[in-house]
Amino acid sequence: MFGRGGHTGDRVFPRLTLVFALIIVGILAGFLVVLNIDALPAIRHFGLSFFTSSTWDPVKQIFGALPAVYGTLVTSAVALLIGVPISLGAAIFLVEVAPRWLRGPVSFLIEMLAAIPSVIIGLWGLVVLVPAMKPAETWLSIHLGFLPIFKGTVLGGLNVFTAGIILTFMIIPIITAVSRDSIKAVPDSQREAMLALGATRWETIRRVVLPYCRSGLVGATILGLGRALGETMAVTMVIGNADKLSAFLFSPGSTIASKIASNFGEASSQLLLSSLIELALILFGITLLVNVIARVLVWRMTSVKAAE
Amino acid sequence: MSERGYSRRKWSNRVVLSLSGIAAGLAIMVLVLILGYTLVRGASALNLDFFTQGARPVGVAGGGMRNEIIGTLILVGLGSLFALPVGLLAGIFLAEFASPRTAASVRFAADILAGVPSIVVGVFVYAVVVRPLLSYSAFAGGVALAIIMIPIVARTAEESLRLVPSSMREAALALGITRWRAVLSVIVPGALTGILTGIMLAVARIAGETAPLLFTALGSFWGFRGLLQPIGALPLQIYNYALSPYADWQRQAWAAAFLLIMLVLAISILVRRLGSRRRA
Repeated sequence: MFGRGGHTGDRVFPRLTLVFALIIVGILAGFLVVLNIDALPAIRHFGLSFFTSSTWDPVKQIFGALPAVYGTLVTSAVALLIGVPISLGAAIFLVEVAPRWLRGPVSFLIEMLAAIPSVIIGLWGLVVLVPAMKPAETWLSIHLGFLPIFKGTVLGGLNVFTAGIILTFMIIPIITAVSRDSIKAVPDSQREAMLALGATRWETIRRVVLPYCRSGLVGATILGLGRALGETMAVTMVIGNADKLSAFLFSPGSTIASKIASNFGEASSQLLLSSLIELALILFGITLLVNVIARVLVWRMTSVKAAE
Repeated sequence: MSERGYSRRKWSNRVVLSLSGIAAGLAIMVLVLILGYTLVRGASALNLDFFTQGARPVGVAGGGMRNEIIGTLILVGLGSLFALPVGLLAGIFLAEFASPRTAASVRFAADILAGVPSIVVGVFVYAVVVRPLLSYSAFAGGVALAIIMIPIVARTAEESLRLVPSSMREAALALGITRWRAVLSVIVPGALTGILTGIMLAVARIAGETAPLLFTALGSFWGFRGLLQPIGALPLQIYNYALSPYADWQRQAWAAAFLLIMLVLAISILVRRLGSRRRA
């Protein structure tokens, strides 16, 4: 259609856009290369003990990431345990239950939650949630103290569990939105067949709709996990920032992200800086993996509808 | 089937469907609690000084966030300046010129980049901009915000361009103009509302970002003193003041939160209205 050597613009412009598109790929590659190079001194110095040591001592120059890795996993687990049922319920409500006029506004309000800057959620958490958590956590530690995670003395609201609750708020919007789209992608013929057999709406949802879009729902959860693992400001403000390894949920702790945020500025030695960059590399690697898995799952689900 | 089995099924149906409504209600309640508290505390904390005064030294009451307001404007401006050419041209490439396989890889890269934690972006920019230039700077802060903005702009631009009917594309080409002219003077204008929506969402996002600025823009007691000097920003100052023991600083943190929330709310509502007009 377009003759070779015809229009200069038609040769230059597509290539120009290609160059700019490749910048995106380049930035991503840059992350991998730069973080790896700068983390190398710490990787060489500590090796695998970086993951097994829970000492963080700038004076003795010993840095271990275990408490931060542990805190990251625990806060994310708390957020998923509480956040997934709520998000899934909200998504079912939005697609299957709510009257049509209500769906738009409810979707909008839940998505608004994702638009609130992390630092403001942290400020609110610090001023409102932290003081409110202490009585609740004291009650739990008294009545469920036979479980190791609740066994201990609650000193204040700045702790791992509070950080998990804050993360719950931050992952609900994304899990709800992606689950909603997956549930929407289930063909109506599936629902109608089940309803025609005399099933109730809930039986239809449980036996047909949810199994049909399972991979999309798992993808939504993993996307939420990706968000929770890397969330920084709000967590840093309520987690208490301690390098302690404790099974007790109501004790101060840290996550990889909060550790970087609260230590990077004062990094006094090359080894400390390199250790923090290794933490960033770990976080980058984990979220990369998690996001790739989630994208593939969600893409498989939502392309089902397009294929039909 | 027995009558009792039937009523039990109806009952459990009703319970579960109500629970789903409660779940949606809980999510909205969290939003109302955070928004409501911020608006009430923030509105009472705002005053003229907040907009016209700079920060005061520790222990001196009063002062405002004039410098941080200007700083946020400069950082968002720089971020947009760096991100818009990349995001928009990449979006055009994805929608108009890429082969399906190339498009899939670039799109994948953009989605992955969008999922990189913002604190990691901060560390990366520290390593590639702050360290070589030997100084925290507004420039570095702008680069960090741009990295967050690029994938959002690219993906929304691509999606809006794809929504332009191919009849328009064909009509333009049938008139004999070259393909790149057709893209720039027919297709891009046709997708303008969607592209602007994406840009506004990206601006709302980066205006509230804190983590990528911690070790790039750093924050500054003074106002703007050049692109290669550290600079303050509203979210950074919220973080600093929230953790301070001074009541007056905490009050200012709420005022700043109010200002940021209003910006985010205004953009979200505007975007929603643009969206519904486009569908109509």
